[in-house]
Parts: sequence; C-alpha cells; structure tokens
Amino acid sequence: MEILGQIAALLERGEDQEVRSLTQSAMDQSLPALKILEEGLLAGMQVVGDRFRAHDIFLPEVLLAARAMSAGVEVLKPHLGKTDLHSRGKVVIGTVQGDLHDIGKNLVGIMLSGAGFEVIDLGKNVSAEEFVDTARESGADVIGMSALLTTTMPAMKQVISLLRERGLDSSVRTMVGGAPVTREYASEMGADGYGFDAANAVECVRELVG
Amino acid sequence: MRRVVGILPASIVPSEEAVLGAMGVPPGSEQGERVDGLVADALDELRRAACPRGVVTNVTTDEFARIYEGESDNDTPSPLAEIFPRAEELVLFAATLGAPLSERIAALFADGSLALATMLDAAASEAAELAGVHLDGLVLEGARLGGQANQFTRALRYSPGYCGWNLTGQRALFAALGPEEIGVHLTDNCLMEPLKSISGVIVLGPREIHEFTDDYSFCSACPTHDCRRRIKELTQTRP
Ligand code: B12
Ligand code: SF4
Repeated sequence: MEILGQIAALLERGEDQEVRSLTQSAMDQSLPALKILEEGLLAGMQVVGDRFRAHDIFLPEVLLAARAMSAGVEVLKPHLGKTDLHSRGKVVIGTVQGDLHDIGKNLVGIMLSGAGFEVIDLGKNVSAEEFVDTARESGADVIGMSALLTTTMPAMKQVISLLRERGLDSSVRTMVGGAPVTREYASEMGADGYGFDAANAVECVRELVG
Repeated sequence: MRRVVGILPASIVPSEEAVLGAMGVPPGSEQGERVDGLVADALDELRRAACPRGVVTNVTTDEFARIYEGESDNDTPSPLAEIFPRAEELVLFAATLGAPLSERIAALFADGSLALATMLDAAASEAAELAGVHLDGLVLEGARLGGQANQFTRALRYSPGYCGWNLTGQRALFAALGPEEIGVHLTDNCLMEPLKSISGVIVLGPREIHEFTDDYSFCSACPTHDCRRRIKELTQTRP
C-alpha cells in the first residue's frame, strides 16, 4: 500500500501538515482507519523509536515525529473504535507526590503513546491513592512513576506497597524512572521494571505487558 | 550585604546549541530546518514569559559553616567543605525565571503542543543556569569594585543537592537568604517553586581553591562529572 509507506516516511521526517493531509487522503480512498494507524503512523513511529534507540536521531526529531503522529491520529480518531487506538496496553503515568519535575515523565508519555499504548497522564505531585485508584478504575496494565529528587523517591515505594495492600500487584505492574533512580534502587523497592530513558521505558512496558 | 537583582530576559536566553545539548543532541550535529524552527519558537516563548530575578547575600565563613552543616546529612568529605573555609567571600544566592514561565510550559502541554512545550522546558532549564552565571558575574564585579576581590579572583557556584551537599541543606539556606522575596518558595521535600529556580552559594577566591579531584565517595555514581568542565572554564577565563 503505497500511501501508507508515504505516511510513515513523512512521519519519520516530522512533516505534520503533510501527514495530516495524506492520512485524510488514505481515508478518502476508503482504507480502514485501523490499517492506516498501524501500517502508516505506528509503523513510522516504530522506525523513529528504533533510530532513537540506536542514537541515529535525537530527541527533537522524535518530538517532531510525535507531533506528526498526533496530526494523523486526529484525522483517524472519529473512525477508530475505542480499543483500536491503544490496543497494545494501558499505562498510568505521573510524577510522584511531592515532586514537580515532569519533563522526563512527559517524554516517557510521548514515547509510549507513539508506540501505541494508551497513556493516562496524571501530571505531577500524584498521590499513591491517585495512582492506584486510577489504575484500578481504568484497568491499566502498568503504573509508571517518575521522581527527580532523592527526597521524593520514597513515594514510589508507597505506591508499590498500596498496590500490594489492595491485592492489585499481580494485575498492575510497576515501572519507575528519573535521574536519581537506579536499577538497584528500583528492584530494592520492589518495582517490576526500571527505565533509564524514554525509549527504554517503551521496551520496559512491552516486557511487562508481555 | 543583601540585594534583590532584576535580570534582563535577554541575558538568560541560551544558544540553540545549548538547548539542543540539553536534549541530548551532540555538539555540531545538523538537525534540519524544522528543529531549528522549533528551537527558535521556544526561545521566543522564553523571552516573552521569563521574569528572571535573583537574590544574593554575603555571609561570613562561620555563618556559612552553620548553613552548610544544615541537617547534618551531607556526605563527608565533600569538595565544598574543603573549599569554603579558604574563600575570600561567600555569597548565598537564589535565582528564578518566575512562575509565568512554568505556567506557560504547563499550558502548552495541556493544549497538546508537546514538541514546543518540551523544547521550551529544556530551554528554560538552560536559562535557569544562565541566571546563575549572571549572578556569578554580578557578585564578582561587585567584589572587585568594592576592593574585596582582585584580578585573580574567580566565582563558582555550588548548590544543595550536588556533590555531597545534601538537598535538605536547602532549609538552612532559605532561612538565611529569604528567597521568598523573589517569589521562590521551598516545599516540604526541599523543592523550589517555581520549578525553574536554582540556589546555592557563590564562592569567591583564587582559581586554586576551586580545584579538586573527582574521587569523592559519591563521584562514582555521578553521570556527568561536570566539575571537570567548571574547573576547566575557570582556567580559561581571563582575569
Ligand atoms: C536540568 C536540571 C535542572 C533544571 C530544571 C529541571 C527541570 N526538570 O525543570 C534547573 C537548572 C532549574 C535545576 C534546578 C535544580 N536542580 Co536540577 N537537574 C537538572 C538535570 C541536569 C537534568 C534534569 C532534566 O530535565 N533532564 C532531562 C529529562 C528529559 O531527563 P529526566 O527527567 O531524567 O527523564 C529521563 C529519564 O530519567 C527517564 N525517566 C524519567 N521519569 C521516568 C519515569 C519512568 C516510569 C521511566 C521508565 C523513565 C523515566 O526517562 C526520561 C527521558 O529520557 C538533573 C541531572 C540529570 N542528569 O538528570 C539535575 C537534578 C535533577 N537536579 C538536582 C538538583 C539538586 C537541583 C537543585 C535542587 C539545585 C539547586 N539547589 O539549585 C534545583 C532544584 C530546582 C527546584 N525547583 O527545586 C539533582 C537532584 C538530586 C537530589 N539530590 O535529589 C539532579 C539529579 C542533579 C544531581 N545532583 O545529580 N535542575
Ligand atoms: S564528579 Fe560529579 S559528584 Fe563528583 S564532584 Fe564532580 S560533579 Fe560533583
């Protein structure tokens, strides 16, 4: 399907206007929205993610590709079923209670959405209850927590403990990240996964949702 | 002497290379027109929304010793503990880019302008550092004019949360400096609001006192070893 390859290529170059209009053309040609999403937009984003991991391109280009992806998704949204858009899994993300750093968490959200996961972003200063309640109510697969300060890292453990207390730890997996968080600290506090950057966060979620 | 300093937004606008560097782009790599455009838009937003201000106050070595001791949870030894007793002058500082900038970043995220919001966020982080550089310059110039510094004096900033000075040291620093006057507040977790704010001490003294080896206990976990660059820059600065 020529046009889907073109959409993917335009997305890789971050050409948002062109992605929007070509996505519309594909719809006009009566291609199924889900096919355009998977073989056009997500396929392009997959290449972007792979190139980013390989250090072949850098964050600004990923951001432009993500912007182009959103432009295409806007066109498709009314024609997609609720589950089509995020069939790969659902992740609740947020910066833990007491912490206001969110640039890293935002990037994680951008990369996860780009990889086809549904992301519920609770923002910053998120309490353990809010993380756990949202995960339970939305049927999320993973909770992703971010902390940038040593003083706020312990709040991650509170979320993990609360999940256990409520017996949800087998259905909702946890993933942590942020500059002062290390793999050792993550396993010490009982997190199921750790991601050192946004690309790594995608791999981590893929592993966690199996 | 304590003073509140207004900083011109133009003096804290980082270069495109610095903003891209903060996003992990290696120096000198070509990013193309679209990325250049995004950085330019972010820097325009920064110029419009930033209200940079600073506050500085001189403290004696004894006063600083108490402030540095803070809640007694610093790593020992640490570079600053060895440097500050040899300083010619010690000046507490805080600088902020102001709340409207953080609000603008949040608003861009909220309306889905993720690329611009992220770029502005990175540009603002660089700008916050430049506000610190600006204060270094002002303090050094003031000390030279007042005769407390000579042509060999250099200024270097150290901050709680870095290089062995525990983040909880923010409490004693805030009590002595009063950054609330420039709109900076400390949360229970020692985080400053607005987010794009920095704090610490500017140490004035000859270049030699700032030189140390990066082999403290905490250095092995340090991802940047940024002290090497900072010390090198002092050597390169002409008197
Ligand atoms: C830029 C920066 C700043 C900027 C602004 C930061 C901001 N976010 O707005 C400025 C200059 C203002 C600043 C100020 C300060 N900073 Co600062 N800052 C940094 C720095 C260099 C980079 C942070 C950043 O923006 N990174 C870019 C983003 C994209 O990376 P990230 O947040 O780490 O996220 C990535 C990964 O961690 C991961 N990730 C993040 N979250 C998650 C979540 C999940 C689930 C997963 C899987 C992955 C993941 O993926 C992300 C994308 O790749 C870090 C050091 C570092 N190398 O990280 C220190 C750092 C965060 N700062 C630190 C400190 C101490 C401070 C100050 C207290 C210093 C001071 N006294 O002035 C102040 C505090 C500011 C405040 N408001 O209270 C410390 C905190 C350590 C501690 N002791 O708690 C750090 C870690 C530096 C250090 N000492 O090593 N800072
Ligand atoms: S190596 Fe890192 S932690 Fe150690 S003194 Fe240098 S900057 Fe600080």
